[in-house]
Amino acid sequence: MKKTPVAAIVAVAALALLPLVLADNYFLHLLILFLIWVIIGSSWNIMAGYTGQVSFGHAAFFGTGAYTAGLFVMHGGFSAWWGMAFGGVAAMLLGLPFGAICFPLRGAYFALASLALNLILMHLATIAERFTGGMQGIMIMPTFVSKVPYYYITLGMAVATLVVVQSIIRSKWGYYFVSIREDQDAAESLGIDTNRYKNVSLAVSAFFTGTAGALYMNYMGFIDPHVVFSLHDYSVMAILVAIVGGVGTIYGPAVGAFIMVGLQELFRSGFFGLFKYLGDRTGSETFTQAMEVVQHAHVLVFGILVVVVILFLPNGIVGDWGKIRKSVFRSKPAA
Amino acid sequence: MAYFKVEKLVKYFGGLAAVNGVSFEVQKGEIFGIIGPNGCGKTTTFNMISGVFPPTSGKVIYQGKEIQGMKSHKICHLGVGRTFQVVKPLGRMSVLDNVTAAAFSRVNTIREAREVAEKTIDFCGLAPVADVLAKALPIAGRKRLEITRAMATRPDLLLLDETAAGLNPTELLEAIELIRKIRGNGTTVIIIEHIMHLIMTLSDRIHAINFGQSVAEGTPKEVAANPQVIEAYLGKDYA
Repeated sequence: MKKTPVAAIVAVAALALLPLVLADNYFLHLLILFLIWVIIGSSWNIMAGYTGQVSFGHAAFFGTGAYTAGLFVMHGGFSAWWGMAFGGVAAMLLGLPFGAICFPLRGAYFALASLALNLILMHLATIAERFTGGMQGIMIMPTFVSKVPYYYITLGMAVATLVVVQSIIRSKWGYYFVSIREDQDAAESLGIDTNRYKNVSLAVSAFFTGTAGALYMNYMGFIDPHVVFSLHDYSVMAILVAIVGGVGTIYGPAVGAFIMVGLQELFRSGFFGLFKYLGDRTGSETFTQAMEVVQHAHVLVFGILVVVVILFLPNGIVGDWGKIRKSVFRSKPAA
Repeated sequence: MAYFKVEKLVKYFGGLAAVNGVSFEVQKGEIFGIIGPNGCGKTTTFNMISGVFPPTSGKVIYQGKEIQGMKSHKICHLGVGRTFQVVKPLGRMSVLDNVTAAAFSRVNTIREAREVAEKTIDFCGLAPVADVLAKALPIAGRKRLEITRAMATRPDLLLLDETAAGLNPTELLEAIELIRKIRGNGTTVIIIEHIMHLIMTLSDRIHAINFGQSVAEGTPKEVAANPQVIEAYLGKDYA
């Protein structure tokens, strides 16, 4: 089996040193978002990419983790950091009965069941006002003023997630997960308890996603049902992150997270303020109007990006890296 | 006590009886052939033995233990391996990884599983293509991978479902050689096959099924001469 790539170690080292050089809050915020997406994307990938059980509802686990942290504060006034310990466990406890009921379903039917789970939880969190605060959501006071501690905590968790994913994939579990994805009946005939191992992959996936949710609550300080159980902001985004980076590759979701968070911010900020700058400098209305359009265009761009990736890099950027490298080298003019 | 026995197996799909009373006994160390025209219920019988689905009624007794209705993976762990007629390679895994996944049914660490897998691949003659993706193999390779994978689960009883279908004459001889080697290894083998040359040369005894029912059993010669078998294959005029 391959060793951890040098690029990954270098990237982690660089990320660990970065705040010493660049303590800019804006960039740290973006990096924290990126790292949270590394966790969610990798978790989704374990279950969907490796085990082949595609989930359209990972926000269910994310939101459960976030609400676990929030409810610790709301009821009993504990610290929201308890959520970091129990958010993942709560998500796992949600996943187990869900898996027991829904894993007999295969393919698209399972995916639809996960979508339903997501929506059920979103509505439950909205309706159970006394318990969850309903649409008002939960607001907590952040523990740290600086973003640096959050950054290091998130970085630590993202690295831990990747290390766990990597060691799982390179063990018996990994072989079992991929066998189930490739052919469930064959896997069963080779002595693999497919039902059990699907649940194992779900439990791992739900645990890390839930922990990411708890982290989000601690960091952002505010959640409501439509934020953390959001279909398009979490459930769909988790799929995009993995597809763009490479489904069924260890580092794919990390690469995908970098690209997706970067793109989202690029558009949200109007090319990092370029339009605003040009508008101010020239005094022209056009740039201000263009900025309005661009700010709302990121969903469209995500759509186009996914189509392009599926057409040309069906295994994602990491999965098709060999292909990318080849075509880049070929397009270089002969010296 | 028989080593392996099925008793009055019946399987209904809705109102259709796919298997309607199949009984046979297999001795330890035997190569036992099952023949019958298309759609007579051979593969359905295998599926009931290996736990793909439970029989409507009847018993499957392996080493004195009733195993009908158990899950496939449990039956595999008891020592009954199988191949699929419609091959099911784990496509985006290499041949070695396919067999390693199977080897994990007996060992727990990667190192041991690799070792078992490599030995099994050598034994079954797939070593030259060990690093090839399973989906890139031609049909003969895929059929052989089915056998190799099943062997890596270290079966005591191996069910081969038309592993020679679609092979050319050379490959067929190799397949016969391999099945002999597997039996020589102490594994009991039940084969379903349409290729008469293979089943007649290999089998110690043959069991014939027609319309879901057992119609004849005996040595290859006896079965080939049985009027009911001839009728099943060639029609009444020849019987």
